[in-house]
Amino acid sequence: MTVDQIIFLIVAAITLFAAFSVVTTGNLIRAAFWLIGALFGVAAIFAILHASFLAVVQVVVYVGAIAILFIFAVMLTRKDMRDQGAQLNRNWKFGAFLSALVFAGLFFLLRGWDGVSKTAAAFPSDFDAVAALGGALVSPDAYVLPFEVASVLLVAALVGAVYVAYNHK
Amino acid sequence: MDFHKDPLQIAANWLFGILAGWGVADLWAQVLIGFLGIFLLIALLMVVDILLVWVERKVVSRFQSRIGPNRVGPFGLIQPFADIIKLLIKEDTTPEGADRALYNLAPVLSMMSVLILWAVVPLAPTILGVDLNIGVLYIIGAGAIGTLSIIMAGWSSNNKYSLLGAFREVAVMLSFEIPMLTMMLIPTIFAGSMGIAAITQAQDVWFFFLAPLAAIIFLIAAIAELGRAPFDMGEAESELISGYNIEYSGMKFGMFYAGELLHAFTFGSFWAILFFGGYRFFGLEKVSAFLAIAVLLFKAFIGYWIIMWVKYTLLRIRIDHMLIFNWKFLTPVAFALLMVTAFMNALLAASPTWLYVSGMFLSNVLVAWISLELARFAAHKEREKTENALTADARR
Repeated sequence: MTVDQIIFLIVAAITLFAAFSVVTTGNLIRAAFWLIGALFGVAAIFAILHASFLAVVQVVVYVGAIAILFIFAVMLTRKDMRDQGAQLNRNWKFGAFLSALVFAGLFFLLRGWDGVSKTAAAFPSDFDAVAALGGALVSPDAYVLPFEVASVLLVAALVGAVYVAYNHK
Repeated sequence: MDFHKDPLQIAANWLFGILAGWGVADLWAQVLIGFLGIFLLIALLMVVDILLVWVERKVVSRFQSRIGPNRVGPFGLIQPFADIIKLLIKEDTTPEGADRALYNLAPVLSMMSVLILWAVVPLAPTILGVDLNIGVLYIIGAGAIGTLSIIMAGWSSNNKYSLLGAFREVAVMLSFEIPMLTMMLIPTIFAGSMGIAAITQAQDVWFFFLAPLAAIIFLIAAIAELGRAPFDMGEAESELISGYNIEYSGMKFGMFYAGELLHAFTFGSFWAILFFGGYRFFGLEKVSAFLAIAVLLFKAFIGYWIIMWVKYTLLRIRIDHMLIFNWKFLTPVAFALLMVTAFMNALLAASPTWLYVSGMFLSNVLVAWISLELARFAAHKEREKTENALTADARR
């Protein structure tokens, strides 16, 4: 095993453990903090894949904004922050079956793909991934239209949220 | 290679030779040297941090017409060590009903969020941790961990005052992050890179002269991000005792306190790096790496001193005023300035330096003037409305 593989396995184990704890812990705030751990793990995996921009954006957006908003929402809406309900409901057998099915499907799909066992080619030394990403986002031949449509959609959602929450006098 | 130009590389090579002589594998030798480098940087920062306690106390006493610490050692220089001994022998208390794991994790994360910022700081042309090409975003990402530590401390203490303090502090930090990030994009536009080292290298003319308004907005947002006066509503002593860190005692409180001081110093150094040329000062940085570090520390201390000056001069602002100031004034001005700067950059890209600098400077002044006039107009309207309402009330 190479050093990269060992690091990947450690990070993946931490991420999976944190993600599992999100759904098993009874304390809602604890669950939010475990979720932050899982999001950090995903950021670390992005970093291992040399996608440094995505890794940092993952931390800034998910940990810095969304997770904090989760915690705020939990703290402001719950009277008692320890969730008292049962952890499982009647549909758990069906849910477990569905997730096992999805896992098996992905497993067999990826087993047939030869990319799993290959090692990735190294980047050329002068390759700037961030510049390439930035260029692709604003170039008309690449992703400028989806990028702009997504931003318009987000602005519309923002305006809609403000309108719904606005206190009409 | 000359020892004065690149001392760390020469030391690393020397160590590598010794370890190779002992028969250590190359990979492990590199890992060991990397860890030693990190240890050296953190040790330097912690020593500066101990000194900062003394600097802060001495400066605040000058602002308040006092003498400050002057009993322990010459000029009270040994005072911080006495403080540390006191913090270490204090009882380590945990409040009843606290979430023990998160309660203990919060001070560590608080200190960590400051220390990891220094990974991207270029101390000299040859001395820097990593030359990340997304350095500016990394700084914001590290700030996210600081926000997390505050909400963790506030919630896990099981104290309503600390929770209220954390809520306020986090609301302020989340809001002021936006103008701060926007203003960090302006040096990025000038330098054509998000890397901190590239931004430093690009400053043949200090970016302060190109974008004085950006530098000022960045400083305001940084002070709010630090939770220092006038934006210290999170720890308003008169109503919240001391905010999110009420329940912490001994060295755990010390971690928050030292983290806050080092954070202020760190933002002073970022101000120096983004707008005042970092380690560059009339070619001094080319003479010796040690001189470059001294220049950077000097500039960082000036930034830190200005942050202290603001803190001990201004009064605390109410939380709603603070958020209104951010969302209705600072953020729109920051966005407008970013758009104007990007436009002017495209317009003046091919022009000589003097035209570029003066064009940028004038557009900054123009944006500042228009936004202040608009703010004045809005304030007059608001005052008229309030006065009319008051006279209508009096008539009834």
